[in-house]
Amino acid sequence: MDIALIGRILPVFVQAAWTTVELSLLSLGLGLAVGALVAGLRLSHAAVLRFVGGAYVSVFRGTPALLQIFLIYFGGPQVGIQLEPFAAGAIALGLNIAAYMAESIRGGVLSVDRGQMEAARSLGFGEGQSMRWLVLPQAARLMIRPLGVNAVALVKGTALVATISVVELTYTAQRFIGSTYKPFEIFAVTAVLYMIMVYGLTLVIDRLDRAYAEEA
Amino acid sequence: MQGLDFSIVPEYWPLIGKGLWWTVVISAASAVLSIVAGIGFALVVLYAPPVLRYPVRLFMWLFMGTPLLLQLFLIYFGLVQVGIDIPAVWSGIIGLSLHFSVYNADIFRAGIAALDGGQTEAARSLGFGAWQTRVYIVVPQALRNTVPAIGNMMIALLKESSIVSMIGIAELVHSAQLVISETYRPFEFYLTAAALYYILNLVLEAVLRGIERKVELSR
Repeated sequence: MDIALIGRILPVFVQAAWTTVELSLLSLGLGLAVGALVAGLRLSHAAVLRFVGGAYVSVFRGTPALLQIFLIYFGGPQVGIQLEPFAAGAIALGLNIAAYMAESIRGGVLSVDRGQMEAARSLGFGEGQSMRWLVLPQAARLMIRPLGVNAVALVKGTALVATISVVELTYTAQRFIGSTYKPFEIFAVTAVLYMIMVYGLTLVIDRLDRAYAEEA
Repeated sequence: MQGLDFSIVPEYWPLIGKGLWWTVVISAASAVLSIVAGIGFALVVLYAPPVLRYPVRLFMWLFMGTPLLLQLFLIYFGLVQVGIDIPAVWSGIIGLSLHFSVYNADIFRAGIAALDGGQTEAARSLGFGAWQTRVYIVVPQALRNTVPAIGNMMIALLKESSIVSMIGIAELVHSAQLVISETYRPFEFYLTAAALYYILNLVLEAVLRGIERKVELSR
């Protein structure tokens, strides 16, 4: 182990890890927003909307995230959408994880007992009101863990945008493996930074889950 | 804006088809290896002495916390610098297998742990040795119970096999890239590749449903 090398490269890698964090947060936000929308479509009463939501989930979960990134970044200009690598990467990752988020949100809503909705309706609440004030708060608790699993997968998935030259952690690691000929030192530094993010996020999710469980 | 033209896709079918074939071969090989290694790691984590158990746990922890792409870079670009030269195809298969073996091992471990302790006691009282009990009684039942979870992993593996294109293996994505470098039509060919993955995925899901039904019947 070349400790001096690790000390020298660390600042560059911390900077790159920060880009990974930014990417993760942006695509997480987009993924949750689009995911909630798609879950809403899948739970709708209108068959057309259900079909659209189902198709979204099926297409984005049925094809590789790498190709979704390539289609948006390299294919986009052909249909008039020209994006910087970072933006293209964040949007592609967000749209991809949205399909998984949608299924977790839908799963949460469906696991709330039907009687809850029926009870609220019979007390005179409208359907939207019952959903907003009764079903969703209960569903939220059930969703934390599955949504968290998706978020962790997303953090690791951000590595894929290295392929479109976004200077995040994996891209930086690849460049330094090529220039220093010290693959294990580079892997060690990169792995530690990823694991701080991944296992840190896991801890946050555990906390949230436990806080909700105590409240209930 | 160039506009889209899918009429040129069939002309390049031979190359794309070859990539498709390699995607199937690499995914299938990695699926089998990742399941075999997963069972091995699970047994080590549960039953092996600490000197073996802790290194395997450390390895699992490392590989679960880092992205597949980074692991592939380490295996393909990294190991060669310390004198270990593994050809690209094998680097890809080894990387995919190791990456998924870790998740499979976790599933198997949980599956074995969830089995009723009575199974082990019954087998032992019938005269089975400790390892006989594990191999003939515990593992087969755990395997059966974990079929759906392992199936989901294999669906992920098929899609993530696309990542080995980044170390130059001529599978589906890489073939698409070759064609694109000639035709300058990324949208058409990446979409074609995506459609082929979608079809492969449907086939795999159908196969897995078949296996699940068989396993259900054997209960």
